[in-house]
Parts: sequence; C-alpha cells; structure tokens
Amino acid sequence: MAENKPITKNVDWIVVLIYLACLMIGWVNIYAAVYNPEVHTSMFDLSNNAGKQLMWIGTAAVLIICILVVDYKFYESFSFIIYAVVIFLLVVVLFAGSNINGSRSWIKFGPISLQPAEFSKLAISLAISKYLSDPAISLTRKFKDYYPILGIIALPAFLILLSNETGSMLVFASFAIVLYREGMPGFIPAIGMTMAALLIITLLFVKWYIAGTIVVIACLVIWLMPVMTRRRGGLWATILVAFIMIGIVFGVDFFMNNVLQKHQRGRIMVLLDPDSDPRGIGWNVIQSKIAIGSGGFIGKGFLQGTQTKFDFVPEQSTDFIFCTVGEEHGFLGSALVVILFVSLIARLVVLAERQRSRFARVYGYCVAGIIFFHFLVNIGMTVGLMPVIGIPLPFFSYGGSSLWSFSILLFIFLKIDAQRPFTLSRG
Amino acid sequence: MLENRRFVIIGFFALVGLIYLLRLFYLQVLDDSYSIESSSNSIKRVIEIPFRGQIYDRTGKLIVYNTPVYDLLVTPYKAKVDDTLRFCRVLGIERRDFDSLMNAASSYSRVKPSLFLRQLSKEDFAAIQDVMVDYSGFEFAKSSLRTYTAPTLANTLGYVSEITKSQLEKQEEPYYRQSDYIGQSGIEKIYEEELRGKRGTKFVMQNVSGVYKGPWKGGELDTMAVAGENLYSGIDLEVQQYADSLMVNKVGSVVAIEPKTGQIISMVSAPTYDPNLLASRYFSKNFAALIRNPYKPLFNRPVMASYRPGSTFKLIQALIGLEEGVITPSSGFTHANCPVGCHNHPATGTVALGVMHSCNPYFYNVFRRMIYNNNIKNTFKASAAGLDEWHDRISKFGIGQRLGIDLPSEYKGNLPNKKYYDRYYGEYRWKFSNIYSLSIGEGELLITPLKMANVAAIIANKGYFYTPHVIHSIGDKKTVKPEFTVRHETGVSAQYFEPVIEGMIGAVEGGTARRSKVQGINIAGKTGTSQNKRGDDHSIFIAFAPVEDPKIAIAVFVENAGAGGVAAAPIANLIIEKYLTRKITNKALEANMLKADYMSKVILPGQKKPVPPVDTAKKKPAVPVTPVQPSTVAQ
Repeated sequence: MAENKPITKNVDWIVVLIYLACLMIGWVNIYAAVYNPEVHTSMFDLSNNAGKQLMWIGTAAVLIICILVVDYKFYESFSFIIYAVVIFLLVVVLFAGSNINGSRSWIKFGPISLQPAEFSKLAISLAISKYLSDPAISLTRKFKDYYPILGIIALPAFLILLSNETGSMLVFASFAIVLYREGMPGFIPAIGMTMAALLIITLLFVKWYIAGTIVVIACLVIWLMPVMTRRRGGLWATILVAFIMIGIVFGVDFFMNNVLQKHQRGRIMVLLDPDSDPRGIGWNVIQSKIAIGSGGFIGKGFLQGTQTKFDFVPEQSTDFIFCTVGEEHGFLGSALVVILFVSLIARLVVLAERQRSRFARVYGYCVAGIIFFHFLVNIGMTVGLMPVIGIPLPFFSYGGSSLWSFSILLFIFLKIDAQRPFTLSRG
Repeated sequence: MLENRRFVIIGFFALVGLIYLLRLFYLQVLDDSYSIESSSNSIKRVIEIPFRGQIYDRTGKLIVYNTPVYDLLVTPYKAKVDDTLRFCRVLGIERRDFDSLMNAASSYSRVKPSLFLRQLSKEDFAAIQDVMVDYSGFEFAKSSLRTYTAPTLANTLGYVSEITKSQLEKQEEPYYRQSDYIGQSGIEKIYEEELRGKRGTKFVMQNVSGVYKGPWKGGELDTMAVAGENLYSGIDLEVQQYADSLMVNKVGSVVAIEPKTGQIISMVSAPTYDPNLLASRYFSKNFAALIRNPYKPLFNRPVMASYRPGSTFKLIQALIGLEEGVITPSSGFTHANCPVGCHNHPATGTVALGVMHSCNPYFYNVFRRMIYNNNIKNTFKASAAGLDEWHDRISKFGIGQRLGIDLPSEYKGNLPNKKYYDRYYGEYRWKFSNIYSLSIGEGELLITPLKMANVAAIIANKGYFYTPHVIHSIGDKKTVKPEFTVRHETGVSAQYFEPVIEGMIGAVEGGTARRSKVQGINIAGKTGTSQNKRGDDHSIFIAFAPVEDPKIAIAVFVENAGAGGVAAAPIANLIIEKYLTRKITNKALEANMLKADYMSKVILPGQKKPVPPVDTAKKKPAVPVTPVQPSTVAQ
C-alpha cells in the first residue's frame, strides 16, 4: 500500500534540491539587498527582510510536511472546493482587505499579511486539472469544451482586476502552455505571438512603413505561393490576412493611446526605449540594467554591491532581487540562476509526462507553466527585455505569500508524482 | 501526436533561457558601459540638506532663521593627532573629551566618518580651519542651526531636533534617515513638511581612497535641494515680547487674537525659556534641565492647560439665554432664594448690569431657566433634556472640543453633557440642583486660555469666529490654508451681543475690572476668578478693544493670583494699549505688573504650600519679591 512506503523514497530529489538551492541563494541575496553597511544587522535578525524571509522559509517547511503527509487523492477530490475557498477569499479581500502600495489585496491575520491573489494560481491549476481529468473532454475538436476553462480563469482574473493587482492576473496567460499540450490547435498560440510581435513592431516603427511592408510581403506570397507549393486558392486568404494585420497595426496605435492607462503605456514604451523617461518609469529599468551590468563576469562579491546598496533599484528584495544577484555575483551567478530555473521547469515537464493520470499531467504542466511565466517576466524586466510588471521571482523574492504559494504549488505536484507507481492510469 | 508537443514546449523554455543567458552575457561581459568597476571608481550618494523655511511676524520682522554652522567629522583610521594638547586647546576641549570622542567614533566605525564636534559657529570654524589642515582624518560638514531673533515664543514655535529612533521607524514614507533633523513641537512640528524643503541628492564618483572624481553620469540624475517654504505669522513680535515681560514671575497664559481673521497676535506660556537653548550644541543638557523644571516650561499652557472659566463664562450664559428667549435684555434677578453667594453690588435689573457686576444669582437664574426650558414634568428628565440642549448651544462657541489651531497637543477641555453626569449619578438620578455651579463657570467645566480668547473674539465679532491660527500664509505664493478661512457661526443673533458688550464696557469702566482701565481706549472686558483645589484662585480676564471696531481680543490667565481684576485684567489692558497705541500711559500700573510675583504663590504638585522658585533654565532667574497686594495697585 502506498501509505506504508516512506515518502522520501519516491519524491523527486532533483526538484527538491533545485528548490532548496533557489531558497538558499534567494535568502542570501535578500540579506545583501537590505544590507546597510552603516547599520549592521544579522541575517537572522527578524527586523530585516532576510530574517523575516527565514521565518517564511521555516513556515513553508511546515506546510510542505503537511502537504506530503496528506493523502494524494485529497488534492484531486477537493480541487473545486479549494478553488471555491480561494474565490471566497478574493471576494473577502475586496471588502476587508488592507491597502498596501495602492492595491487592496492583502488580508491580515494578526501579524501576518497574506495575498489571496497569490493562491489563485494554485486554485486555477487544480480546477483546470480536475476538469480536464474527464477523458471525454477534448480540446482538439470541441470548441465548447473551452468555455468552462475560460470561466475557471476569468472569475478570479476579474476579482483580481478589481483589487488592482494586474501583475498577478497576467500570470494566467501561462495556462496557454498546458492547453497547448492538451490539444489546443497550434495556430492559436501562433496568432497570439504574431499579435505580440506586431504590437512591438508598431511601437518601434512608423505605422505606414509597416503597412507597406505587409502589402509587399502579401504580394510576394501571392506571387510565389503558386510557384513554390503548386497550390491555388490562397489569394483571398492572403489578402484577408494582410488586411487583418494592417488593421492590427492601426488598432494597436488606437489601443495604446485610448485604451491603456498612462502608467501602463509608459511601462511598454520604456521597454522599447528606456531613455524616453530616465527619471520616471525608465528609472527602474535603467538602474536595474546598470546594477546587473556593473557586476561583470564574476561580480563584485557578497555584500559589495554599490548600486544596490544606495537604493538605486527600488523594490530590491522583492521584484528586483535578480539585480542583487547580477551585481554581486556577476554573469556566473546570474547564469547559474537562469540554468537552475530552466532545469527546474524542464524537469517538471519530464515529470508531468511520466504521470499516468491526466489530472496529474495537466497539473504538472500548470506548475511548470506558472513558474516559467514568472521567470520569463521577472528576469526579463530586470534585464530590460520585458515591461516592468510587478510579479515576484519564484523562491527568490522576499515575501511570505509568494513563497508559500509557490511551495504549495510545487510540493502538491511532487506528492502526486511520488504516488505515481501506485496510481492506475485513467486517461 | 500530442505527446510530441512536449519537445516544442521544452524547446521554447530552453530558447528563453538561452536568450536570457545571451542577454546577460552581453550586459555583464561584452558591454562595459555599465561597468563602473573597470575604472575602479565607486558611486557615492551625497545628500544635500536644504535650509529650513524662515518664520516672519505680522510686520515682516524675522522671528526664526538659520545660521550656517559646521560639524567636525573624524575618520578614525585616517586620524593622526601628534600633539594632542595643542589640538585640544584649539578646539577648546579637554583631553578626556578628546579620548572619549575618539573612542566613540572608533567603536562606531574605523573607516567611516563620524561626528566629532557638532555645530561649530562660523567664528569657531574660521579660527580653527587653518589649524585643522595639520591634522589628517578630520573634515568639516556644513549644517545649519535654527536661530531666533528674540528669546520668545519658545512653546509656540517649538523646536527642531535629531529624529528619534521610534519616529524613524514609524514614518509612513521613508523620507528621514538617521541623524536627520525634524520639527518636534509647535509650529516646527505642524508645518514640518512645508519647512523642511526638498532634499537634494548628488551622485559623485570616488576612487578607492574616497577622493572625488567628478559627478557620476555628468550629474544627470542629481536633484537640487529646494529650500523650505517661509511661514508668515500673525504674531506681533513687539507685543509678544512686552507680554512676555509682563508674565515674568507668573504662571499662566496670554492669548491675543485678531477677531476679524482669527490670527494669533501674541501667545505667552509662562514661565517660558529662550528657544535658542534648544537650538544649540547643548540641546540635551538644556532639554534635560527644562524637563526637570518643576514649573514645566515645556508645557504649552495656552493650548494645553485647562481651567474653570469662572465668571468669564457668564458672558456665554447671557448670550445663549437671550438667544433661547428665557431672558430679555431687560430681565432682572435678585439674590433671593439662591444657593450661590454674591458680593455687595447695586441691583442688577438688566443683562448689562448682571454682566457688569458679575452677579452670581443672576446667572444661576438664567441657567435654571435654560435647563428647565421645556415641557417635561419630571425634573430629572427635564434637567437631562435641558442640559443637552444647553450643551449643543455652548459647543458652537468652540468649547469642549478642539478648535483646530495649528499647534500640536491642543486640549479639548470639558463641557459636560447628560452622558457625563449619568456616569456619576446614574440616568435621571440628577437634576439642576446638582449641576448649578456650571451657571457661573465652575463645576466640571474645563476651558483652555485659547478658547477663552476665542470667546472674546466671538463677542467682538458679534457672533462668529475664524479658527485661531499662528501662521496665516505659507511660502512665496502666500498659500492660505482653507480651514482658516471658514467662518464659524455660533447661532446667536448679533442683536443679543449689544447688552452683553454694554455690560463688559461697564465692567471695565466701573465694575470688577475698573482698576485697570486705559484712558482713551474703549475696552469691553470680563473678569473671572477660577476656583481650584490647589491654592489661591486663578485670575482670569478676557476682553476686546476698541469696542467700536475690535482689533484685538485677549484672554489672560494668571495662576493663583486671586481675583480677575488683580492680575489678569491689568496685564490684558496693558497689552491692548501696547498693541493699539504702541505706548503705555499708566506707568505705575505697568511697573507694578512687571514686578508682581505670583509664582511664589503657586503650589507645585506634591507640595502642600508654595515654595520660592528655584533658578532654572528660564529666560530670567526668578527673583523672589514680595507679592503685590491688590489694594496697592493704583488705578
């Protein structure tokens, strides 16, 4: 029986080791980020973020033990109940939340503040996995099967939008990865990426030039396609696609100027040209790039960072923790972090693929997708490849809610994975 | 084959990882425009603290300004002092001071500069600057010190000092840093954000040994320091200092308000101290001495001390009695059947005469009528309803609540209502006979001097007031705080003020305050004698002048000086004369008030009888003189 086997035997130690490595590196860097040479406090001092983070790590360990002890069937059976609880918390926070930094998204339990939005990822993952565990559901053929998934995502997304936490909401885009794996036609992500590419190009170049280029390409396609593929009938389709693309180019312009709020527009513009506003929104990006860039190949050494010491980079122990890594540990340190993340995500995909139940596989992909999206956006923004969106770097950034939610997310999957030899295939 | 999509997904993940690795390699290794390390320079942030705003009086005279001073800093590992004796002689310190300062600095940090001597004056700096070149490891940093043109207004202005640890932790947005200065009380605290200005930040490059290598990035990220905004007050410095001199050797307050605007003309909290004491190198020593002083010179009496208003309260009673219609201007009352005592005075057949002679039974009857001015049969219930109605009318005069002056720690005082007495006696267990001492301003009433001055202003204005305020406009743009331009109505019609003012004129001309009337100025005033558990009565007087066109409304409180006509009325009238005419006609009265010593009659907490004042950090040492007998005060 599964209950008799020690969990340590079957748990995936590679993931656990990467997880521990991330926690350690993160904690040391949080200490470096808040370290003030004039007021020396210890790493274990609860008055600074590093000390508090240690406390969060300790409590996360307790949570992990609980997760590993609970029967693995619990997560599948209670998926929708967990989802309902999180939705309830998101509603509560709208009315009873405390206001921190302009978003009304924290619930206070005595000394601890929690952000229910952080736990919505877990809730959605479980709910989607549970829904897709029904073998009759097919994402390839039946379009109506998408509606429940969209509903599962849209409800918390709407509630989070109301509490002004746009960053957490964008993470839900990562569910596209699991949907693709489960059969979503490839043209949907392709269209999404083309749109994104068009958006960036539109912001960079004059829109008439782009329109012209599209027309030229369309003509070439119409002229060459019959020659190359010996197929006809693509004429109208090509013209239609070209018109849609030109429409998007002009639509983006309208969208940027009339739909987006000023600070959102600013964040996107800064991504393309940080020097457009060096003292305002561009400040974070420039300072973060300088901090990372000044690290060089081997870095300035532990606690030796000057950029980060002088509070050039805001929110340094939370969203911009990667700057500290970059400055103090150089290319070697930052490359190690990137490699750790890619290995973790790749390992999660491998684990997900070896699951026998569809529930477990889908959930594994959800976890991998969420961690990947955070990695993509967070590191991307510190190196100036992504707009500044306030989402944490998993296991690194300071903060209890984020550490707890990622640990729970990950270890539920490890628990399910550890029980794999004893599960029967269902799908 | 959906399984094969895993390769697409992993490939995508790996691609992103690869792009990020390349980007990092480009930023960190290839592109050296970000690498400051290559030139072995490091960036240092230099904070520039701007000058604090200055404060002016109503005539444009400077009250508070800044003096540049110099802090001497030492970096212990660089410090080389060969001839310690000469060094100490130049700085004017003892050898053991030198050792302890050096030890303190070393224990903080060997490599970072720490404060050695703070706030050296320009003269000291000039004297030692040349000599200090011989000693390495020492540097000067420019700083500034609050300086006061006159040793007055200490509690109103407040003081500035180094931010405390708890203030540092509690600040909402992280503006202040350790060892920053912050306004701790008075105007300095209330207007801290306006006064402090905007800190400038410069980023400069230094080499490893800390030598300046020019601005970083050409100074494009530097911000200039912006000096704090100047504050313009309604204080009349000359009158203020004159009032100070009259309050020497007395414990109490003077508050003078311009009725038409609510601007404070003068505000004395006696005993006071020289504000320069708390703006010097000897801050902590002086502060400790002030804290220990038994007369509590740091206690801002005009807004924090509270007294029973005594007979001055009869003015408000008369006003709301008239407004409520329980009396008419020609109502009269006799002493018959009245539990409160009175003195011998002519019959009080009108409101004006009642006020003029401050007749206790008169106001006992007025209050009784107000309390029972309803149709309730049960006297307990009638009293309860009557008191709450009365409470609401009195509240409109600003009593029992904070007026909202621009000074910290304003005390709201006490104006009892039904709930208040219910707590002591139980609901409907008390009636008029339990509370009648309110009628003459005694009992459970507690009022600050500021509020009584405001009452004088209300009567001067015949029914309204502006929130009293010290600062009337801020900065070069002369911004006016909107809350100080709101006209507060008291709900009493202007016509009812006439008989009350008539009575107040009578009080000064031939009533309780007749001994201190001023030739040529029509003053309307009312004395008050506040009973208290500790020693003699407090002497209270409120007034405004000139009656035809009031320019000043004043309240004077002198603790334990006896009746209102003895000390408070003469002081108030001298200040009024000074403000309106800039000269004093009654020199004998002035001389008497200047030397009068009521301090020796004050019984300090924990003592049974008065003790002669001890010399403390006060402005002037209290010279024990025999108290002036009221009868000897010439008219």
